[in-house]
Amino acid sequence: MTPIDRAISHLHSLDASARLDSPLGRLDARAKVLVTLGFLVTVASFGRHQLLQPLPLVILLSAGWALSEIPVRSLGFRLAIASPVAVLIGMWNPLFEPEPMLRLGSMVVSAGWVSFLSILERFLLGMAAVLLLIGSTGVDAVAAALGRLGVPRVLVTQLLLLYRYVFVLAAEVERMLRAHSLRAPNRPRPELRTVRSMLGELLLRSLARAERVHAAMLCRGFAGELRAVTPLRLGLGDALFVLAGLGFLALVRLADLPRAIGNLLR
Amino acid sequence: MRGVRFTFPDGSEALRGVDFTIHHGESVGLVGANGAGKSSILLHLAGVYLASEGEVRVGDWPVSRSTLVEVRRRVGLVFQDPDDQLFMPTVFQDVAFGPANQHLPPPEIEQRVGEALAHVGAEHLGQRPSHRLSGGERRAVALATVLALHPDILLLDEPSAGLDPMTRRRLIRWLGSFEHTRIVASHDLDLVLDSCERTLVLAAGRIIADGPTWSLLTDAALLERAGLELPLRLQGSPVTPHR
Ligand SMILES: Nc1ncnc2c1ncn2[C@@H]1O[C@H](COP(=O)(O)OP(=O)(O)OP(=O)(O)O)[C@@H](O)[C@H]1O
Ligand SMILES: [Mg+2]
Repeated sequence: MTPIDRAISHLHSLDASARLDSPLGRLDARAKVLVTLGFLVTVASFGRHQLLQPLPLVILLSAGWALSEIPVRSLGFRLAIASPVAVLIGMWNPLFEPEPMLRLGSMVVSAGWVSFLSILERFLLGMAAVLLLIGSTGVDAVAAALGRLGVPRVLVTQLLLLYRYVFVLAAEVERMLRAHSLRAPNRPRPELRTVRSMLGELLLRSLARAERVHAAMLCRGFAGELRAVTPLRLGLGDALFVLAGLGFLALVRLADLPRAIGNLLR
Repeated sequence: MRGVRFTFPDGSEALRGVDFTIHHGESVGLVGANGAGKSSILLHLAGVYLASEGEVRVGDWPVSRSTLVEVRRRVGLVFQDPDDQLFMPTVFQDVAFGPANQHLPPPEIEQRVGEALAHVGAEHLGQRPSHRLSGGERRAVALATVLALHPDILLLDEPSAGLDPMTRRRLIRWLGSFEHTRIVASHDLDLVLDSCERTLVLAAGRIIADGPTWSLLTDAALLERAGLELPLRLQGSPVTPHR
């Protein structure tokens, strides 16, 4: 297996885990989308020097994770894949904000480091929430829920096609690398010259393939809209889930839980 | 098809004047060497390609940009490469894609998916992701995606390539029992012999023979001109078994 093949497998297994019959999986996709959106807004609303206040959100995530019955290992792995992005975004903050902010024992932590950690923290929290949503719901059901919640059809369809297209593109890369390695077994990776022509080829191939896939879709009556087959149904459990989830989020946002707990213990 | 010519944007001529008429309920084989234009003909009948010259009609409809929806409601095309056909996350969703686009109620969609998968012997694959199937399984599922549409005209491009003998046999039997029009492009001349009454022989973008399958596929000289050979069954076994 090449790294690309493995990455595709991971994406698939995330989508496939949505078919686990878990308490979270059985909830209506719309309820989960709502709570996840609330979660993301809450996470984003914290200031960049508030390191401790968002931490109670981990409780909510863990509860969701336990209810989803998705193996913890697969979450950790995917978060690790994604975190370099956050590191890249936050990496310059320590240089821009050198003024001291925190004192841990004899160590002085500058404001820049605090905001760096805060970016990383919020990114990981948000990412984990989205992974949990997709892992317990499936991309298609999430898209269907977005459509029912009033997101324009065109956007939802775009989202779904984009998601499909990732697989199409990855499969092309995979094939080319395999073909290359079979005919050049002594070279672990293609030379730069070969890579350049492969990239051009990749573009043309994936365009041609996208065209054929599109033709196949049109042949089966595609009229610009992907339709979900599974019906959505809202029940009492979904309502309770939304209330409890959003309630907890409001509590974390409005009351400074870590400080309150600290005061209680004092 | 009347005088159909088709040239790709890069200048290669795929069809150089193709004429034929197929009536309702006929089963027609389309044979010819690689690059003879078999796939191109099927893609024209489904309106994926539009003829550069000449006319293509499906039923009462001339195939043109404005009639595509009507044409495709009648025609089901199974692509040569099953990967082009499958694009949903699971086999079930892929087969349900067409019926869902016909706005059928969910129970009926489910019933059609079940039937279509059963026809190709792939009931057990329903919840698998399409990208993770073997080559032959993909082909079977690709066929099911089109069967679920209940087309009046079925176009199959190399349906038996990569199928195991049992599945291929089932395909042949099933093709024989399909009561609507079917057009099968294939190098599997034995399959054509078994499932098609009529055959079109194609060479370099032209039809060089059109007639009853049996008489054409036993004509060694004709087949040689088309870059083909007698069906295996008619070749006589060159290997004599040891006793
Ligand atoms: N996308 C394309 N762009 C340019 N030329 C093409 C394209 N697809 C096919 N051709 C050319 O058109 C001609 C007919 O191709 P077609 O795919 O119809 O052949 P075929 O009879 O289906 O062959 P095979 O048995 O190999 O499937 C060939 O000469 C081929 O090179
Ligand atoms: Mg072909």
